[in-house]
Amino acid sequence: MKQRSFLLYLPVALLLTPFFLAPMAVIGTESFSGQHGIGAEYVKVVTDQGIRTVLYNTFYVAAMVTILSLLIGYPIAYVLARLRGRWATIGIFLIFLPFWASTVIRSFAWMILLGRKGPVNSILLGIGLIEDPIRFIDNGLGLMIAMTYIMVPFIVVPILNGLRAIDPNLPRAAAVLGANPWRQFLAVTLPLSMPNVAVGCTIVFVTSLGFFVTPSLLGGDLTVVSMLISEQANRLLDWPLASALAIIVLLLTIVIFALLRLSQLASRRRGKARSGVFA
Amino acid sequence: MLQMVSRSATTAESRAAGGAAVSIHNLCKRYNNFEAVVPTSVEIASGDFFAIIGPSGSGKSTLLGMIAGYIDPSAGRIVVDGRDIVPEPIYRRNIGMVFQNYALFPHLSVAQNVAYPLKIRGVAKDEIAKRVRESLAMVRLEAFASRMPSELSGGQQQRIALARASIYQPSILLMDEPLGALDKNLRDEMQEEIKRFQQELGATVIYVTHDQQEAAFLADRIAIMRDGAMTQIGSPRSLYEQPKSRFVAEFLGEASIFPIKTASARQADQTCRITLEGGTEAVIRTGEDGGPGRFACIRPERITIGPKARGLANSFTGVVRESLYTPGSIRYRVELKDAGCLLKVRALPQHNTEVFETGSSVDIGWSVDDMTILAE
Repeated sequence: MKQRSFLLYLPVALLLTPFFLAPMAVIGTESFSGQHGIGAEYVKVVTDQGIRTVLYNTFYVAAMVTILSLLIGYPIAYVLARLRGRWATIGIFLIFLPFWASTVIRSFAWMILLGRKGPVNSILLGIGLIEDPIRFIDNGLGLMIAMTYIMVPFIVVPILNGLRAIDPNLPRAAAVLGANPWRQFLAVTLPLSMPNVAVGCTIVFVTSLGFFVTPSLLGGDLTVVSMLISEQANRLLDWPLASALAIIVLLLTIVIFALLRLSQLASRRRGKARSGVFA
Repeated sequence: MLQMVSRSATTAESRAAGGAAVSIHNLCKRYNNFEAVVPTSVEIASGDFFAIIGPSGSGKSTLLGMIAGYIDPSAGRIVVDGRDIVPEPIYRRNIGMVFQNYALFPHLSVAQNVAYPLKIRGVAKDEIAKRVRESLAMVRLEAFASRMPSELSGGQQQRIALARASIYQPSILLMDEPLGALDKNLRDEMQEEIKRFQQELGATVIYVTHDQQEAAFLADRIAIMRDGAMTQIGSPRSLYEQPKSRFVAEFLGEASIFPIKTASARQADQTCRITLEGGTEAVIRTGEDGGPGRFACIRPERITIGPKARGLANSFTGVVRESLYTPGSIRYRVELKDAGCLLKVRALPQHNTEVFETGSSVDIGWSVDDMTILAE
């Protein structure tokens, strides 16, 4: 029985081998095929100050977008989870409404909205909140706003599913036991939704690392790694360097999630140890 | 049995210190045009084990939800030890509750679950540890303190839920079908456990179930609910022996029930002669008016079958239509001659008891005190 159960991986393997593993292998091979000797591209990626800044920007923007999406998405998911019937359907529909327009168009829209003479600055100037226009575009602020706006639905859906799966008797039990609504949330709802929060954050973070159109339009002076890869591959035709960049991003992502997973396991073990006090 | 008696005797003193008296005044719940609970009033004494039974949709869980505080009553008061708790939010009511699916926090260990209500109340750490140990000892699960709820069986989870609901000495303990998810054997065992637990705590318990046997085993008093109203409240014995309505008679145990066609005037010895549908005549003792439109009811074990039935005030001959030996009793369905009434009969088998076969002709009868009148 046990031996046969790995057959269940077969569909996934059939999908991932030609469409993910094979291209990655090609890129991996490509990254070692430069004219400057084996591994020279990797040395360059790690040592080149410009490239390191680009990598830092990419991960910084992705992390900020993840945090902002979580802060905005969690309350939205919480409210949606409490809606019933028709209102719940309407709520989900509204969350996905922006998808009817392409990312390019929505990024352009933010460019106009956040421009130096755009409506956002006009309004803020008009009501006297600011004296000079805010520079959204050239410092990454506008980019993070636009990316967060695009990513919020991707974090709302997994959290919403998590919240809906929580037995309504659990917060109710906490209430009967003496917890006010805030403590009910902290003791029951929040911890039980954490696995889904982790899923949502992963989706947002990984997707944010690969954004191309939005940073191209709204990034200003700020370059992210996808722009750099595109430039190397399409304009400078340095495929080995572009490949090495891609591999480095993949490795960094894997390392980050491995650390995250380890810390989760550690905290779970601590939780069990803590309860041992009473044993 | 002996053990049970001595147990309740030793807990008599602790009971005095225990639970709160609850009085419910005209409590009701309306949803748009639907009355889930009609205005209901009931007094529950301190330390009482009060069961509410009824079919699903009869309003028993709604009533419990209003006492716990997660359902807002449309009107009425719930007075616990002289204080109306309806305006109080759920988390200040200091009520204990055991849910049907236990509602243990899956991400917390057994000890953390049981400690939770004390933690909220700001009890000192050492004190919490001590009381959690005591509480787990009371449900005999000390060894499981660091387990997660998912690692426990249904019965063990139920006992943890009991420990958690009682560790802060709540004024009342509510239980909503707590044994509903357990299998038969475990249910019987847990009934004993709950009874012992309640007696040790001396708590006032309000217990909702749809299982009449469970209610009869556990409760001092039972309320039977139907269509949002308590149709009858009383001890298990009084409900079984003096049901006031056809609904109660049929809900609690078995009964043969017949519409009454005519009734004579009441005699000096409080008896009267009634005619049942089908023409059978019977003499019954009645405090109530046994007039037409009402029902006569007899429990299966009150009917005598065999030669001994001949001398009774109501004596008939009948034909056995069904005969079934079950552990502890012999069950018959007997049709009265010339009347067509079908009676359910239960006889206790002793070593010389004759078992009547299907189709055989038998004497059957009962005394004037065995039949009761149902007002509706």
